[in-house]
Amino acid sequence: MLTTTPGSVIPDHPDFLWRNPDPKSSYDVVIVGGGGHGLATAYYLASRYGITNIAVLEKGWLGGGNMARNTTIIRSNYLWDESSGIYEHSLKLWEGLEEDLGYPLLFSQRGVLNLAHSLQDVRDSKRRVNANRLNGVDAEWVDAEGVKELCPIVNISPDVRYPVLGATYQPRAGIAKHDYVAWGYARAASELGVDLIQNCEVTGLTIEHGRVVGVETSRGRINAGKVALAAAGHSSVVAALAGIKLPLQSHPLQALVSELLEPVHPTVVMSNAVHVYVSQAHKGELVMGAGVDTYNGYGQRGAFHIIERQMSAAIELFPVFARAHLLRTWGGIVDVTPDASPIVGVTDIQGLYLNCGWGTGGFKGTPGVGDTFAWTIAHDEPHPLIEAFSLDRFSTGALVDEHGAAAVAH
Amino acid sequence: MTARRLATGGTIDRSVPIPFTFGGVDYTGFAGDTLASALLGAGVGAFGSSVRLGRARGIVSAGTEESSALVQVEAPFAEPMLLATTIELTPGLAARGLTGQGRLATEPDPGRYDARHAHTELLVVGAGAAGLSAALVAARAGASVILIDDDVTVGGSLLDYAETVDGQPGAVWAAAARAELDTFPRVRVLTRTTAFGIYDDGFVLAIEHRSDHVTSTRSRQRIWRIRTQQIVLATGGYERPIVFANNDLPGIMLASAAQVYLERFAVLAGETVVVFTTNDTAYGPAFALAAAGASVTVVDTRPEISAALISGCRTAGITTKSGHAVQAALGDSAVTGVQLTPWPGTTAEPPQEVTLPCDLLLVSGGWNPVLHLFSQATGRLRFDETLATFVATAAIPGVHLAGLAAAQADLAAAFAGGAEAARAALTELSAARAEPGRHRTHSSFEIPTVVSHFALHPIEQVWAIPAPTEFADPDVRFVDVQRDVTVSELLRATGAGLSAMEHVKRYTTLGTALDQGKTSGVIGSGIVAAALGIAVTALGTTTFRPPFTPVSFAVLAGADRGELFDPVRVTAIHDWHVAHGALFEDVGQWKRPWYYPLAGEDLDAAVARECTAARTTVACLDGSTLGKIDVQGPDAGAFLDMLYTNLISSLKVGSVRYGVMCSPDGMVKDDGTVIRLADDHFIVTTTTGNAASILDWMEEWLQTEWPELRVFATSVTEHFVTIPLVGPLSRQVLAILAPELDVSLAAFPFMATRAATIAGIEGRVDRISFSGELAYELNVPAWAGTALWEAVMAAGEPFGITPYGTETMHVLRAEKGYPIIGQDTDGTVSPFDLGLGWAVSQKKVDFIGKRSFARAVNDRADRKELVGLLPVDPTVAIPDGAQLVESADITFPMPMFGHVSSAYRSVALDSHFALALVKGGRARIGQRMFAWSEESLVEVTVADAVLYDSEGARKDG
Amino acid sequence: MQLIPCPNCGRREEIEFHYGGQAHVPYPAEPAALGDAEWADYLFFRDNPKGPFAERWYHSGGCRRWFNAVRDTRSYRFLAVYQPDAPRPDIAQFMAAAPPVAADRASAASSATNAVTR
Repeated sequence: MLTTTPGSVIPDHPDFLWRNPDPKSSYDVVIVGGGGHGLATAYYLASRYGITNIAVLEKGWLGGGNMARNTTIIRSNYLWDESSGIYEHSLKLWEGLEEDLGYPLLFSQRGVLNLAHSLQDVRDSKRRVNANRLNGVDAEWVDAEGVKELCPIVNISPDVRYPVLGATYQPRAGIAKHDYVAWGYARAASELGVDLIQNCEVTGLTIEHGRVVGVETSRGRINAGKVALAAAGHSSVVAALAGIKLPLQSHPLQALVSELLEPVHPTVVMSNAVHVYVSQAHKGELVMGAGVDTYNGYGQRGAFHIIERQMSAAIELFPVFARAHLLRTWGGIVDVTPDASPIVGVTDIQGLYLNCGWGTGGFKGTPGVGDTFAWTIAHDEPHPLIEAFSLDRFSTGALVDEHGAAAVAH
Repeated sequence: MTARRLATGGTIDRSVPIPFTFGGVDYTGFAGDTLASALLGAGVGAFGSSVRLGRARGIVSAGTEESSALVQVEAPFAEPMLLATTIELTPGLAARGLTGQGRLATEPDPGRYDARHAHTELLVVGAGAAGLSAALVAARAGASVILIDDDVTVGGSLLDYAETVDGQPGAVWAAAARAELDTFPRVRVLTRTTAFGIYDDGFVLAIEHRSDHVTSTRSRQRIWRIRTQQIVLATGGYERPIVFANNDLPGIMLASAAQVYLERFAVLAGETVVVFTTNDTAYGPAFALAAAGASVTVVDTRPEISAALISGCRTAGITTKSGHAVQAALGDSAVTGVQLTPWPGTTAEPPQEVTLPCDLLLVSGGWNPVLHLFSQATGRLRFDETLATFVATAAIPGVHLAGLAAAQADLAAAFAGGAEAARAALTELSAARAEPGRHRTHSSFEIPTVVSHFALHPIEQVWAIPAPTEFADPDVRFVDVQRDVTVSELLRATGAGLSAMEHVKRYTTLGTALDQGKTSGVIGSGIVAAALGIAVTALGTTTFRPPFTPVSFAVLAGADRGELFDPVRVTAIHDWHVAHGALFEDVGQWKRPWYYPLAGEDLDAAVARECTAARTTVACLDGSTLGKIDVQGPDAGAFLDMLYTNLISSLKVGSVRYGVMCSPDGMVKDDGTVIRLADDHFIVTTTTGNAASILDWMEEWLQTEWPELRVFATSVTEHFVTIPLVGPLSRQVLAILAPELDVSLAAFPFMATRAATIAGIEGRVDRISFSGELAYELNVPAWAGTALWEAVMAAGEPFGITPYGTETMHVLRAEKGYPIIGQDTDGTVSPFDLGLGWAVSQKKVDFIGKRSFARAVNDRADRKELVGLLPVDPTVAIPDGAQLVESADITFPMPMFGHVSSAYRSVALDSHFALALVKGGRARIGQRMFAWSEESLVEVTVADAVLYDSEGARKDG
Repeated sequence: MQLIPCPNCGRREEIEFHYGGQAHVPYPAEPAALGDAEWADYLFFRDNPKGPFAERWYHSGGCRRWFNAVRDTRSYRFLAVYQPDAPRPDIAQFMAAAPPVAADRASAASSATNAVTR
């Protein structure tokens, strides 16, 4: 029988993606980091804010950091006003992004369930749902039966160790295909004249009279009117080149996939108490995030006992997964701030802009921060949606504490 | 393809026929078969269809590298996406070919899974010629050895070679080696076991298949967590295909696989065979199949073949065509012939096409050493032009390669290489020891005599043969047959501007299928490097990630499922609660009684009854989960002064004080009581959930900041049961329980502690109240917990004593405005926000968190403060988690001014009520707001957090 | 899962330990004397080097003692362990052992060197 498997065919990439130019000697804006954030920032600068003389410098291959390693969950149901503000802006951009970029992103608004397992989880969940609604974010509380309706494979038996008491549900949340997103931005930016320079590591920032004027790279000196840092897990290292100390710690975060399976899991499920977040990607593989290794690490790998624990948690919630197979594990580097919220904005050095500390929120925030960070660079002042995420909040104490908030931070 | 089972030969047991079904059709194989060999033996060569193009798929290999023969097993144990080549045939096996996606069975997994830890001096992965040699050398030297192999028996390719070892079949030598290894007490041989991951410090994970092949009560699969000091990787190699048009047709197989099917399973995979090769190794299968009666033609890309091989072919009746390549396989659903072309196609004469019929096309493009584990162990690889594959760079200390994994050229070299690797490991073991080890560094090992005809080189580096025009569009030259990735796809990727192999992989999905590119990866790199005009080494390959082969979720979860997912903690009185119908709440790992419904009662009714008892007569609670830390030492008071916001060192012996702990950033971390039993002895209580973390917190400060303080902190949570005895009649009950204790108000005031004999049990009574009522907390050793509880119930019985659970506890404390850390706080709340400013010392020079209070942000008028809420209509419930807004005219979005953190109905107030964190809350007391939730909109009045007995009159009874 | 060399117990499985972040960040002698920025520096700002890092570990599942370690955050390898009151070893000596020019991969390879032999 000569048939193809439904859902297993994913759209082809276009015949041409991007130019591979040699770096010019000077740009209006140099963006350090060719991940999702750097590419999106370049794209929005060029498409919305009229700056096209831009280089994106990437020390490896484009989109090869956390963009290539994350579990692609997109949602905006964060507790605090500031967080839901930026993530909801991002989600709205996601909703028009395929058209905007002219690229298939496999953006699938299949909804996200955040499970509650204790009475306190229930209280926290309802609080967040209500806050989301009043912030204009779609959200609802569903009971255990409602969870079962949305995702029939979740075990809602009261006999499990931590029974599912209900969940918050964001229907507009979902997943997208990470490489497609990075490449969509890269191709569009390249088309708009942005130079994407790979295998180009920034080794120094040149600062004269309190103003950044260029970068030193493994491919030589490049002058820059403005420099924007978007180096994710390596932000501490890059910012240190400008003498900026960041309250970041870089941790290994692991993820894994199963073999390709017939559709079984229609939505995205996350659980804080039984630490799981899982979706089934378009080709059919289960994509699952594991825990963060507690220690600092740049190794893009983690310890296996974390994977084993993850499997226990997965089967606890999804007994049907018992027979699935672990096909591949990998690690990324998450840069975590003390309040689990990002740091975005201007710095004390003129012309130097900062975007880091996204922890596990980087992928879903890509369009939102790309746009607002680009606006910030173009206007030389923080976009209103990112004002709360300034570096100086750690001195004033005005944190945006998503640790304290019960939302699963992924 | 006309594969058939031969009447004799192989290691299958013809006396044990095994019925099975494939694709709904009944077949019979034999004991010792794999599903693949049984199907080939039954003449079945076609499987499912390919994922994107729907092309027919057959059997390519005989092992873990299988890229094509994917099956769904339906019985006896349903499992998605397995390899037909690695499934042992068992009675009742039912499977079907697979297209793209496996299916998860919905029935619960009845399997049992476990894990074992093992420590060893040497781990040998792979029990072929090299691995067995290594294990023998180490075992004879006295080392502890674990030898693991994924096959059902040791021997590796020795089981399949026609070449003799010491004049006997290889299998005989392997069996003897196994027998000898079994005599060493410090040697463990694990078959059906696959090492799938290497982590730091010699930590190797392996999966053992224990009962899939037999009916057994054993665990189904087991994870071995092996900690080894030295590793020999004798993991062999994977034969590499060659890419040409229609190279995915069923009937096209790796050359070595055909030999395995013949020698082990007595299956002749075809009658008319073309062998397409770039190297000598494929001549072994050619000779073997010819000897078994097949008509064989060898097509060799190399212009010259060694005289020995030519003469061997002549003797065997094998036709050879050197300097030729297969440019296309012919056939629709299975191979029926090949189209040849002169190779490399630079001959002066115009290319002459030759067509040969065949029903089996064997290919060998050379061999890839299996270096997944080596690479996982962060060993580096380099491309070797002479072998046309990636090989290991210099071995890393502690990890030794042997045999084909080390690119050792032939069988003789593998034996020698295994022995050498073991000796290197033994030497490193010795060097790592201060004392002489238990083993020697050498042992006798005589390299067996083998005559090797077939070496890894000379080999011609060939990745893909250009397609003849009629096969060019669409391109049917498959690099990755599982993902349907063609040469053209790879070229489209490079044409799109991609130059990193990771990009190409992601563009095409090359190497992302179940086989993770085991046989396609190197070819992909070769083709892409050629397209980019760079060396393969410069391009590199993509990273090898664990696991080496897919591993079931269930075995990784092991026994940590259900009740064992996380330990269940219960108090000493738990059985009584169960017996008396309590419902339980999960609080951290604890099971706490939530409420005790009587017949016909729901939560609200039970809680109303329990609350009424506590406020009007007497009630009791199992409070044993409360964290209890015993803090002792001359500096204990000074230490606690730093930890708590209030002054502790001034507390009198025999007294109790409520205290608040903050994190350094000034946010409330925990609260509880501090009980001073002696000048240098305190008992500190914590919230149930924070008991362990507060002890750790104390240790951290004591050890890392103030080691000069003479203080010891010890967890005593489980040592004692704690029973709050609550209510206006509690004093009378206590008087009965502790007749020797003077319970009068004067003798035993509020916030005092007394040693006492309670119901005949030595213990302690604290006059603490978390309800506002007259109350005593009874503490006795845990072993006497149930005895005390029963005594309390008996003594209280005449007074109508009522056991109550956490829900009632929460209502009672909320009526009094007592916050619960973690419920009424969320990590952003200071003691001042909670109205606990009175518990923040102004006298102390410093305590943890003090400096943070001086930040301007702490003085902002819009800080969220804990207040009470009363519904304007007292019969209307305030929803938990509601957000507070200033208008009933709800629009989205809309500003919020706070949220409801605790909401209950109060019998005492005859009203619903709530605690809430509200911006500038205390200044809003008396104002109306609206509590909005998904469920309802309730108009409320902001009130003081203390709604009941605000003057504190009830605590003395 | 690596073996962590507890200075009191010897090498034990990683799961027995808790991470404690950067070492040698003492609680300020006089917090009240610090400005907000200096106080924030103590509260929130820790080094995050890619390479050798002096940090605190707690053998929570063993002797329950805190200790300090120098660990390479690229390879995760422990380069030294010492008691909390001991001075910080000279980090430069470890930089020399793992030169900053070395690519991640190279440093990872050197970690595997230790993997089986130590």
